[in-house]
Amino acid sequence: MIPETLKTSLEARVASAITPREAAVDVMKELQTHYGWLTDEAVGEAAVLLGLSPLQVEELATFYEMIYRRPVGKKVIHVCDSISCWCADCDTIIQYLKDKLGVGLGGTTADGVFTLIPCCCMGMCGDSPAMSVGGVPYGKLTPELVDKILEAERNNG
Amino acid sequence: MELPLFRHNRPDRVVTFDEYREEGGFEALKKAFSGMSPDDVQQTVMDSGLRGRGGAGFATGRKWSFVPRDLPGPRWLICNCDEMEPGTYKDRVLLEHNPYSLIEGMTLACYALGVRHAFIFIRKGYEQAAANLARGIEEAKKAGLLGEHILGSEHAIELDLHLSAGRYICGEETALINALEGKRPNPRSKPPFPAVKGLWQGPTVVNNVETLANVPAIIANGAAWFKGLALNPEGAGSKLFCVSGSVKNRACVELPIGTTLGDIIDGACGGMRDGKKFKACIPGGASTQFLKPEHWTLPMDYDTVAKAGSRLGSGGVIVFDEGHCLVEATLNLINFFARESCGWCTPCREGLPYVKEILTRIENGRGEEDDITILREHVKYLNYTFCALAPGAMAPLDGLLRDFEDEVREHIVKKRCPLK
Repeated sequence: MIPETLKTSLEARVASAITPREAAVDVMKELQTHYGWLTDEAVGEAAVLLGLSPLQVEELATFYEMIYRRPVGKKVIHVCDSISCWCADCDTIIQYLKDKLGVGLGGTTADGVFTLIPCCCMGMCGDSPAMSVGGVPYGKLTPELVDKILEAERNNG
Repeated sequence: MELPLFRHNRPDRVVTFDEYREEGGFEALKKAFSGMSPDDVQQTVMDSGLRGRGGAGFATGRKWSFVPRDLPGPRWLICNCDEMEPGTYKDRVLLEHNPYSLIEGMTLACYALGVRHAFIFIRKGYEQAAANLARGIEEAKKAGLLGEHILGSEHAIELDLHLSAGRYICGEETALINALEGKRPNPRSKPPFPAVKGLWQGPTVVNNVETLANVPAIIANGAAWFKGLALNPEGAGSKLFCVSGSVKNRACVELPIGTTLGDIIDGACGGMRDGKKFKACIPGGASTQFLKPEHWTLPMDYDTVAKAGSRLGSGGVIVFDEGHCLVEATLNLINFFARESCGWCTPCREGLPYVKEILTRIENGRGEEDDITILREHVKYLNYTFCALAPGAMAPLDGLLRDFEDEVREHIVKKRCPLK
């Protein structure tokens, strides 16, 4: 169950919306931040808050790239494989990430810290190849830079 | 000549509210509110020749004119900042340097359209841009330039941010409207067009960030000034070209419309990377056809690029050199579109993965001569879809088969990628 303070703030967000479901994405994102991913319980709670059925929340949740309906690591790595990053040899970076983390795409590291997911363009084509770790964008990646980023991200919570 | 969009930019930080105002920011708003009717603003934008910078290139003033004047109930303006087209990153660059041109542009657009409440639909991942906008909106409100009684008048305009959760289709205007309403973001059938029935069934205009950010300069300096910014009579204004791929300096640059492809690559981006030879480029984001070396001197304006068989699109120029396999590049693009299809209609849902499968076979040396025919059929039939995603996906494939058929065939004959 979500804490009362979170529930109150989400109810306020829904009340300020033009229609309750306008707040759907915000509610799902907040619940995801709380649970770490959008759990079944969170889907049910979102449904109550938004006045929707759990199925209606589910069809939204499964649509969006940044809503996770399965457990993910503490930090999700979205690595871009779009055309501009391809031109900058992102294939090498993606393979390096897989080897380094010991996971395939969609996988979570054994220590539960990172989940590796490919993503479409991050709008960092000028700094390709690019990835984001826990929402923080990084560009002009090289294997050496990837090592440094992973170490820093692992150490800062 | 000073171009309007980047003129307030600082090299490594966002411009401040005070700096923007000291450099003439919000003067256009004052001008409009003190002596121009909403119709005057709309007419000036119409006369300026401004065309939508999101990709379709539709005349902005005309789009505004489709909103019925006499329908009761609220009407809406949405700024589309969902920018997820590979190769396109201008909205991010613009907003990370200057959120105020957009805020002022949206306020002017609201005034022209009779809108009281507007939204900025911003993609997940653009947190910095969103933070800049949120701060900018508060600053504008405090200064009486937004909110209730703008500049002491009876006009009230509210701007709200809507942060999305990432999905390319949300950039399609009717899918975006569904997304904003909290519905599954599938595209809606048209008609009715959003200008008549859009957000919550009210008249709605959806414009791109760059489009709206141009409006203050148009109102401040006039339509003729804006038209005169372009290098050729076919164009109007400046354009943000975001260049990526095989150039020395990958950058988002503001240049007059009509700047040639060669001047963008050689002049603004320092030429090709590592002395490589230019092979082709996609001039307007992932859903446009290839331009070739013969187009080096092509003026980049909407009509001229269309006549050359491609589209200016979003201005996302992706440059390929002699070492790039264009079958693999097209496969990458198709992979993107197949993954991002919302699955609503069958040709897109089933067709794109099939095209991907065929291109994968060809790239891996298992292609057959018939595959070229099958691909051509898909280019033809994937135009019959609910929205423009699949036709957009077919544009680079069409370009590949039109301009680089020999390269495709070489894969099939040699049973391998000739560039590997």
